[in-house]
Amino acid sequence: MTLPEGWELVVGMEVHTELLTKSKLFCGCENHFGSEPNTNICPICLGLPGSLPVLNKDAVELAMRIGMALNCTIAPSTFHRKNYFYPDQSKDYQISQYDLPINSNGYLNLPDGSQVTIERAHMEEDTGKSTHLGGSGRLAGADRSLVDYNRCGVPLVEIVSGPDIRSSEQARAYASELRGILIATGASDGRLEEGSMRFDANVSVRKTGDPLGTRCEIKNLNSLRSLQRAIDYEAARQVELILDGGTVRQETRHWDEGLGETSTLRVKEDAEDYRYFREPDLTELVPDQPWQDRVRAALPPMPAARRAKLLERIPSATKAQEDAVVVVIDLDLEHFVNAAADGGAEISIAVSRAANELAAGIDTLSNLTTDAFTQTVLMESKGELSATQSKVVLGELLANGGDPKKIAAEKGFEQMSSDSLGATIDELIAKNPDEWQRYKDGDDKLSQFFVGQAMKVTQGKANGKAVIAELQLRK
Amino acid sequence: MKTAVEIANDVQTGATTAVAQLDAAYVAIEARNAELNVFLHLDKEGARKIAQAIDARVAAGENIGPLAGVPIAIKDNLCQTGIPTTCSSKILEGWKPPYNATVIDRLVAAGAVPVGKTNLDEFAMGSSTENSAFGPTRNPLDPSRVPGGSSGGSAAAVAGDMTSISLGSDTGGSIRQPAAFCGIVGMKPTYGLVSRYGLIAFASSLDQIGPFSKTVMDSAVLLEAIAGHDPLDSTSLPEPSPSLVSHVNDGVAGKRIGLVKELYEGADESVINAVMGAVAALKEAGAQIVELSIPELRLGLSAYYLIAPAEASSNLARFDGVRFGLRVDAEDVTAMMEATRTAGFGAEVKRRIMLGTYALSAGYYDAYYGQALKVRTLTINAFQKAYAQVDMLIGATTPGVAFKFGAKSDPMEMYLNDVFTIPTNLAGDPAVSVSFGKGEENLPIGVQLLGPGRSEASLYAAARVLEIADGRS
Amino acid sequence: MSPSLSRDDVAKVAKLARLRLTEEELTTFTGQLSGVLEHANDMNSLDLSALQPTSNPFGLTNVTREDVIWKSLDRDAVLAEAPDAQDGRFAVPRILGEAP
Ligand SMILES: [Zn+2]
Repeated sequence: MTLPEGWELVVGMEVHTELLTKSKLFCGCENHFGSEPNTNICPICLGLPGSLPVLNKDAVELAMRIGMALNCTIAPSTFHRKNYFYPDQSKDYQISQYDLPINSNGYLNLPDGSQVTIERAHMEEDTGKSTHLGGSGRLAGADRSLVDYNRCGVPLVEIVSGPDIRSSEQARAYASELRGILIATGASDGRLEEGSMRFDANVSVRKTGDPLGTRCEIKNLNSLRSLQRAIDYEAARQVELILDGGTVRQETRHWDEGLGETSTLRVKEDAEDYRYFREPDLTELVPDQPWQDRVRAALPPMPAARRAKLLERIPSATKAQEDAVVVVIDLDLEHFVNAAADGGAEISIAVSRAANELAAGIDTLSNLTTDAFTQTVLMESKGELSATQSKVVLGELLANGGDPKKIAAEKGFEQMSSDSLGATIDELIAKNPDEWQRYKDGDDKLSQFFVGQAMKVTQGKANGKAVIAELQLRK
Repeated sequence: MKTAVEIANDVQTGATTAVAQLDAAYVAIEARNAELNVFLHLDKEGARKIAQAIDARVAAGENIGPLAGVPIAIKDNLCQTGIPTTCSSKILEGWKPPYNATVIDRLVAAGAVPVGKTNLDEFAMGSSTENSAFGPTRNPLDPSRVPGGSSGGSAAAVAGDMTSISLGSDTGGSIRQPAAFCGIVGMKPTYGLVSRYGLIAFASSLDQIGPFSKTVMDSAVLLEAIAGHDPLDSTSLPEPSPSLVSHVNDGVAGKRIGLVKELYEGADESVINAVMGAVAALKEAGAQIVELSIPELRLGLSAYYLIAPAEASSNLARFDGVRFGLRVDAEDVTAMMEATRTAGFGAEVKRRIMLGTYALSAGYYDAYYGQALKVRTLTINAFQKAYAQVDMLIGATTPGVAFKFGAKSDPMEMYLNDVFTIPTNLAGDPAVSVSFGKGEENLPIGVQLLGPGRSEASLYAAARVLEIADGRS
Repeated sequence: MSPSLSRDDVAKVAKLARLRLTEEELTTFTGQLSGVLEHANDMNSLDLSALQPTSNPFGLTNVTREDVIWKSLDRDAVLAEAPDAQDGRFAVPRILGEAP
């Protein structure tokens, strides 16, 4: 989406991610999504009188991994209490890092080459979950609410970007890249639908060159699509408001996916006074160099590095191939591509099959071995299978597994000899003289017409490249 | 009344049984509890089971532990599984915790038998036990007077010969001051020496659990049993329980003891006389006395009455009527929380919650809370400077003897009663109050011995010298 | 800084702390709290800018626990202590607004 001429969108992101620890941040209750309500609770996460928090070491190390992956400075940090009364917050304060976060001053490079600064990535605890009764199950209009504290105390890292994002597409790319990084670090499962990763976007607009405008914080963005749509909607709303002579009010807004609108949730003036102070029940966290080195050594390569490594194998990659590589890395498919390339297949074919066919069949990927993928792509590279046939074989492998050669044989995908293909091409030229003439006159698009026709009459057995070669022989 | 050491010895050797000791304790409690209001809850059945198990183990030839079969009273801000724990507040009336405080587990492991929960100033906020929602506790030595507070019930249990030992908690003097008023020994250990897990927090950075007893030796035995690292308390010191009992009779020969002007000036004449008497006794026992002035200690009261309420305002937020305890119903959740807290908390608790909320709120943090944290640093530095010159300090525990009910109706006047005990809490250092001499109407006076962190063994040795000098061998 | 605590300040603080005060209590508390803050003047007149604040007496660091799961509480026992419960959850009257 584009704003009217002369207007600029400014977005900063706050991303919350739950950490993949076994237990909660300050107690030994299981950190597990989907348990029966209030079955993962103890005196600590339930905030019973007399209980005390003890920090989960793995949560600290996962937070450090995130900081390292985002090129942050890892510094001595403390925990504070953020005081506010709310039923899903069992102690009526949240333990969170405040003025001294564990990670600060980092950056994230996006695949398009742009960079977003990371102001901080700090640790805090999640809240419980409320269910609302009456009033169609929403908070507004409900008569009564029920609280489940299973999620209360689950470790979170909040990643706060600088106001560096200039389009909703870039915001989406940032969120997507960040998600890939969080998954790669092992810190998060990145499951947006389960709320294990949540986005808030601070959106403002300004005339190009003006100082930053008043921002609105949009909450409840639980998919990449919602994020992009909400930012577009909000930017348009703000520009329209200003053009109508109004001013943007600093507030928190709620994104309604169904309506495709944001609406006021809370105005800044009635912001709470959180009365932050050092959490006296926890000690200072001072990650010394040996500890940091140990964590860093265990850090797997990040998506950007993996993309670069894969792209090294594709000399002068096209934009389409670069995009395909992004998908391959996002979906963790590079071992298929590498295996195929190592086995002698054409890497560009391997990347394309992985980014398209494997991506589409990701749910049943466990049926496919790297070896079967290698054999299939190798056959296609050698011209023993046409692209269409190769896709059919992969589809079958993803659905039921098996031996690619046998599948190809069963489907009758024996490669046509060039003699019989030549005969087929001659027939096609005879049947379509107009198209042939236009092709000969230099309209290359018509090659695809002949490939299509050849596929049709051979029931997909013809190899597209071979068809074009035969056409050129006859030109 | 036998000491804990004597009871444990008799139970272990078979001269008596844990059940017999328990029965005797309940007879003593019931004789005076209606008059003194010491216990809020007695766990007769549970205690009997524990005592019976001990007797069975003794019969089987097992070595039970240093507190074998010793009945003990527990301040009602310590959680005990299935036993009503109220903090003397209506907001917790009837609540039964689903878990034990670490000290309860350690007591039972040492052979002690918890008999019931004792009265306190609501949420340990007070110096007289008058702030209990369940009525004041009376001083067994003179029922027209307060036993001190906030651990007034636990002090009275020992002074009233109901149990030989009890547990209290000390945030600004809540063990030492009632020990002084009741004529017994009360120790506030080094911050982190005893696990706070299961102690319902008043001010987390100041709270410490500690022992009451008639004798210094019992105090050392009890503290040794409950001290030592606990992985459930992040602020718990890393080392195991120190050796205390073996040092009680070490004496003070060659020790340098600082007599601190700011820790007795302004006290009643009888109190000052007692402190001077104690100083003379220590000198007689071979200590070298150094007169000191530590003016920074005067600032302690102001810092304390901002830091403690600030932490309390947050610690007491969870009493909101959602998960446990009292709920007063209302239209919506905010109104319900307000109605519950308004009905559930007493005036002193409300006062401190508001004071603390104010001290932390936007615009006032730096002037009040922030400044108080710096005074805390100042206090720590001043103590450190003193401990570079001397091994320990001596002063009064309280400005006067136990006062009459209603004598201190103005909150600030009441707070001033803590002026000598507060500085050690700010520093996290240990201090013990031991009864020495008598004041008006023959009421006991407490002398306070203070030392640097982890100096409990030396403090007990000095307290033991005073105990003997005061005629209790 | 000289403290001048007004009734409005106390009313605001009471609201933040989820306490309701009667007019009479408001007057009493305003006086009493002012008294404590006035006493704190001895502290506020000092220049302590060179000192670091102390939040905890002994500066322990890096106290953590291993990431091990322990047994959770029995839900029914916990809910039995709750003022109101329904469907395995803690029940509360209607919530007026989203969490801050
Ligand atoms: Zn838990």
